[in-house]
Parts: sequence; C-alpha cells; structure tokens
Amino acid sequence: MPEIAGNFDELLTSEGAPRHPALSGGLASLSPEALAERQRHAEEELLEKGITFAVYGHTDGNEKVWPFDVVPRPVGLAEWHTIEAGLKQRIRALNLFLDDVYGPGRIMKDGIVPESLVKTAKTYRPECAGFRPPGGVWTHVVGTDLVRNHDGTIYVLEDNLRCPSGVSYVLENREIMKRVLPEVFYGSIVASIEDYPERLLETLLKTAPQHVTSPTAVVLTPGVCNSAYFEHSFLAQQMGVELVHGSDLFVDEEDMVWMKTTRGPQRVDVIYRRIDDDFIDPEVFRADSMLGVRGLMRAYRAGNVTLANAPGTGVADDKAVYQYVPAIIRYYLSEDAILQNVPTYLCSVESDCDYVLGHLHELVVKPTNESGGYGILMGPQASRKEREACADAIRKDPRNYIAQPMLTLSTVPTVINQTLSPRHVDLRPFILYGEDLWVLPGGLTRVALKEGSMIVNSSQGGGSKDTWVLLQH
Amino acid sequence: MLCRVAESLFWMSRYLERAENQARFIDVTSQIALGYRGSELDLWSSLLHAGGDVEDFKKSYSAPTQENVIRYLLFDPQNLNSVVNCLAAARENARAVRENLTTPMWEAVNRFYLRVRSAASESNRVIRQPHSFLEQIKRMSNQVMGVSRATWSRGEAWHFSCLGYDIERADKTSRILDVKYFILLPDPTHVGSQVDVVQWAALLESTSALQMYRREYGRIEPSNVVEFLILNKRFPRSMRFCVREAESSIRAISGTPLHSFSNPAEQLVAQLNAKLNFARAADVIGNGLHQFVDDFQSQLNGIGAGVAESFFQVDMSARRSMQSQSSML
Repeated sequence: MPEIAGNFDELLTSEGAPRHPALSGGLASLSPEALAERQRHAEEELLEKGITFAVYGHTDGNEKVWPFDVVPRPVGLAEWHTIEAGLKQRIRALNLFLDDVYGPGRIMKDGIVPESLVKTAKTYRPECAGFRPPGGVWTHVVGTDLVRNHDGTIYVLEDNLRCPSGVSYVLENREIMKRVLPEVFYGSIVASIEDYPERLLETLLKTAPQHVTSPTAVVLTPGVCNSAYFEHSFLAQQMGVELVHGSDLFVDEEDMVWMKTTRGPQRVDVIYRRIDDDFIDPEVFRADSMLGVRGLMRAYRAGNVTLANAPGTGVADDKAVYQYVPAIIRYYLSEDAILQNVPTYLCSVESDCDYVLGHLHELVVKPTNESGGYGILMGPQASRKEREACADAIRKDPRNYIAQPMLTLSTVPTVINQTLSPRHVDLRPFILYGEDLWVLPGGLTRVALKEGSMIVNSSQGGGSKDTWVLLQH
Repeated sequence: MLCRVAESLFWMSRYLERAENQARFIDVTSQIALGYRGSELDLWSSLLHAGGDVEDFKKSYSAPTQENVIRYLLFDPQNLNSVVNCLAAARENARAVRENLTTPMWEAVNRFYLRVRSAASESNRVIRQPHSFLEQIKRMSNQVMGVSRATWSRGEAWHFSCLGYDIERADKTSRILDVKYFILLPDPTHVGSQVDVVQWAALLESTSALQMYRREYGRIEPSNVVEFLILNKRFPRSMRFCVREAESSIRAISGTPLHSFSNPAEQLVAQLNAKLNFARAADVIGNGLHQFVDDFQSQLNGIGAGVAESFFQVDMSARRSMQSQSSML
C-alpha cells in the first residue's frame, strides 16, 4: 500500500506493523483482491436495500446509493474510554450552558463567555429564554465530529447539537459488514451497537412531559426530498413509531399536539424532530415554512410536548462559541476538558481577524453557522481568487467566520480501484442524553475518497466505513 | 394510522397490481398474436381500449402495432399507467411509508423497481422479446404479495393495502371483460353460436382464470365465462370476489359490523356487493354486459372517492371532540 509521509494511519504504524494485533487473525488475512470482491458484494446489497441519501442540486435523480468502504476503522478500547469520558463531560457542560444561557445567564455575567457573542449567534433563539425543557435535557441526540491529527492527538472539530445525521448508516454499515465479512465477527472482538434504536426510544420516552403516563413519540421529517430521509424512516421503523410530516400534525386551541389518523386525532407527546429550528413553526420562526407545524412552539412552551432536540441548542454549537467550550467545562464542572479543541481564531476578535486575513493560505476558514461542509475555504488548496472572495466575506461579516490551522487527518486503508490506498477519515460518535448520558461505542467514520482530500462530507463525495471499538487488545 | 400513510399504502398496492395486470394483458395478447388470422391492429388496440388509453396513445403514436402498444404500455414515460411509471409510483409511495412496511417487503418493491428501470434502459431489446421480462414482472409482483402475506401484521396497514389491490383488480377484470366481450360477441343473440375458443380462453388466461374456470365448468361457453369473471364467489379476480374482499377490508378498518354503515365508503361498497350477490349472468347478458360494466365502474370509482373521504381526508375537528369526550368517560 502506498504511504503518506508523516501520516498517522489507524491500522498500521509508521513501520507498517499492525496497530491492533486483535485484528490480525480475521481482517488482515484477507488479500486486497478478496477485499475488493467483498466490496462489490457490499455495493450490490446497498443498492438492493435502497440505502440512499439525497444530494441537493444533483440532476440525475436526487437519490444516491450510500457510499461504503469495506475496510473498517478500528479504535482501541483504552482510547475509546478516554473519548467516551470526554464526550460525556463536554455534553454535560454544554447542556448546563444552554440552561444558563436561556436562564439566569451567569456565565455571561461572570465574563467567561461574552454576552455579545452569544446573543449575536444566528442560532440564539430569544423565544426560548425562560424555558427549561424536561429534565434540563436540551440535546437528546448529539453527533460530535472528532478528528485525529498526524501527531496522533484527537480533537473535537464540531459539536453538532441540532439534528446530527448518520447513525442509521452506522447501523446499516454494521449489518452489511456482518454479511460480507462474517469471519471477522466470530469471537466478538467488536463492541456491539445494535441496541441504538432501543436506547433512542428510551431517551425519547424518558424525556416526555412529566404528566404523561404512557407517552406517544414520533419522528418528524421534512419529507422524502431531505438528504437524510432514509435515516428518518429507518429510525421510525426501528423504534416502531410513526414517521410524520408537518402536515400530519396540528396544534389545537388548548395547545395540544395531535396527529391526523384514519380514526381521527391522536395525541403526540414527544417529537424527535429532524427539522431545523427555522422551519419548525411558522407562527414563531420562518413564516414561509411549509415543513413545520403551526403552534408547535406554543405547545412546547406550555409543556405539552417534548421536542428533541430542544429548540435553541444551535447557540452552543456555533463555531465561535466552540472556542469557549474548554472554559465552559471548567466553569460548570470544575474540570479540565478531556478532549482537545482545535486552536481557533475568531474573526470577530480584531487581532485574530488580522492574523486570519494575513494567513489565509495556511488556514481553514468556516462560517460559524453552516453544516454539511458548505461554505468552507481550505486555504492551502484554494485559488487566489477564492481566497480573495473569502477575505471580502470575512471583512463584511467577521462574526460569521472562524479559522483553524489545517490539520492532517489520520488515514485508513480504503478500496480504491481494486487496491488499498490510504484515505483521510474523521469520526462522528453519537451520544444520547435521556436520564443519563450514553455513548454509542463506535460511530460514523467518514472517508474522503479523493486522494489527499480532507473533505469527508457525503454531500461532497465522501464515503463511509464501519467503526470498530475493539474489546481486546 | 396516519391518513397520509393509509393513502400511500392504498396507492402503492394499486400501482403494483396495475403493473402486473399490464404485463399479463400484454403477455396473453402476444401469445395470441402468434398464428392470429385477424388484424394485428385490432388485436393490440383492444388493449388500449381496456385501459381507456386510446386517445392518449394517439397523441404519440401513428398506429397500434404490436411494437408501439408494447412500448406504450411498458415503457412510455408519458403514459402515467405504463409499467415503468407504475413501478416508480409504487416505489415512491413505499419509500414515503417505508417504516410501515417490513424490510423484506420494502426490498421486494425496491428490487422490482430496479429491475423495471434496468429493462427500460434497454427497451428496444425487451420489446422485441418481451416474454421473459413479462414473466419477471409477474413473479416480482407475486414476491411482494408473498412477503407481505408472510411478514406483515394484519393491522390497518395490511387492510389498506388489500383494499388497493382488490379495487384495482376489480377494475381491471371488468375492463378486459368488457372489451373482449365486445370484440368476440358484439351481438348478444349470438350466444350459443360457434365461438372462437382460442380467444375466449385467452380472455380467461389474461385474468389468470383459465385453469380455475376449467375446474368449475369444463368447456368454454361465453355465458359461463361471463358468470365466472363477474359473479364467481371463490375466484380471487372475479369482480364479486374483489368487491366482497374490499368490503371486508373496509369493515376491518372501521370496525363497523355487517348490515350497517358508518361512512360513505362502507355504504357504497356494501351496495355494490349486494348488487353482485343478487345478480344472474343471464340478466347481465340480456340487459347488456357493456351497460353493466359501465355501471360497475362508476360505482367502483364512487367507492374509491368514498374511501378517500372516509379515511384520507378526515375532518379532525369533529372527531377530536368525540375522542376527548370518550376518553373522559
């Protein structure tokens, strides 16, 4: 396999020795040709099962088969324990932060996080001020993006506290792997993930409004054209709950939420909504939204329905607020952050902004409130024209941009044209917060299929891998 | 069950059944065409008549040749009822309610769709030799029905799907009977004269009825064929059987006992069922089969509209007050 100098590979050490001896029995015994053959089986299966995602602006029918690579990404158990503890710590702190920001605002009064920064986040929702969701849980489902730099350090890249996607692909990737590489699963060296739907359902039911004895939960989707529709449908099916569109629900004059069934209206108590805040209720947010439910925020504020995740959580995953997460952890938990932040320059801070404008060719610039890899400038690869356009945009609206040094993401061997080549990966573990925090052992490993590329988003040509938390060394 | 979901399940099933019927009609017609002494154009245009597609067909084709009609019915993207469009619609409906299907059902519908799509990409070859593709359509349709039967709970979802199948089936049987009867026996006084056994057998075959007919009646006799396809109590594609099944699906959904009704769908389906229960083949033929089928189809459309009104566009305000009252008791 070709190597990349100075690179960190998740399977092999720089001397080419296996990093995880536990894998040498099953996986390592397969030749690249055998892997390529298994890869073909996997792709046929994905097509037949109709496991797809939609790409906006894709003209040739907007459904694409989910791209999957058969070589897994392993994580050793000791390292996983650190990641797990770090994620729990981070999300516990961010929920306390949300409670505080929409409540007394102590952290701003104490000068730890500037109030101006919080209140200017596009995702700050004044409509949520003074409201506390059941159990103080704001982020029921989180998908934190982690990356490993070439020096081996793991960093948190983004917190994704709104409607993170991808967990259905984690589960489907595992199903496919069990079918195309059954031999490596004998002896159970890989942590199992199959109980996620059960855990998610429990999380939703546990956070129902307190007066409800046997709550009804639903998944709310924007519809079949949404890029993550497969996931919405998959999760509803796995949990055995209804998948609803906004038009299937209505709120009555007593602020109760109902779904329209063939036997008349039926009460709804918990909504796992996969629609952004902006579109969720035309009465409160965007008035032109056709996706949401008129009056939903009234029902929510009256305590008649739980929304998962709670409206307003976006302020805590704003990419400028991100810079303060280590301080937020220290403030609420009196602990040091277990997981590292990527050093970040806030363009809203004048000295940072000057530095960023002078070093665009070596930095990654991100809008503070986008997801899916949209609007990112990769300085070293960008053309002069692109860098100038970016500089103009930063000068016009500095609050909307941050910059980070370019990391060299770790790699995993990947089947490319029938042979194995190293490709850069990230990792998105999923964390549920109901009665307590729970981390799915594994997560979505996304892989940039283009040689040298660091952009792993499936909307931009990225693929995916099964993630194995190894229970043996 | 959500109204939207019920509607999608109903239509998913109708489109699947429609595709299978198209395939069967084409298959039987191309069998007859071998060694047929009459006009090719008459033979194939009868299929267009059965589907009510004559005018639409004329917009894009000059003559109803075998090739043109097969292309129109299987692959024409402009024809809303072509097999390729039926499968796209069935699959889109299935995708919209995937969480209500079992995984093997969804996969069977998806495979069916993928097969039809790949045939469409080599349509010229398929149209020259359609038989094996038509067989595949029938088999894949049966596969969907088979896994549904084996894996799907007999709840509302199941009943809405059955309702879609039975209404579509009743419609198709009545149409093909109407058209073929007119061609084979334009004058009812001819009943009893020399009949074209091959053609009558083909009519039975195109509704998968030939073998079951033989078991019941033996020799082919037009009035018996009419009786079998309209009034038979046991054959699953007879109009009476389908309507009776549709009634029991509707009652299973609403829970209303026999001999009473609580919504327009029940009222209309029970009326049609009663009419078929008390009809005689001789009267149907004597009073004009075409008129009978015409009335049947408009009643069937009425039932479709009744189902939509009773289950897909439910008035929520009226029912909610009822529900909160009953839950308070």
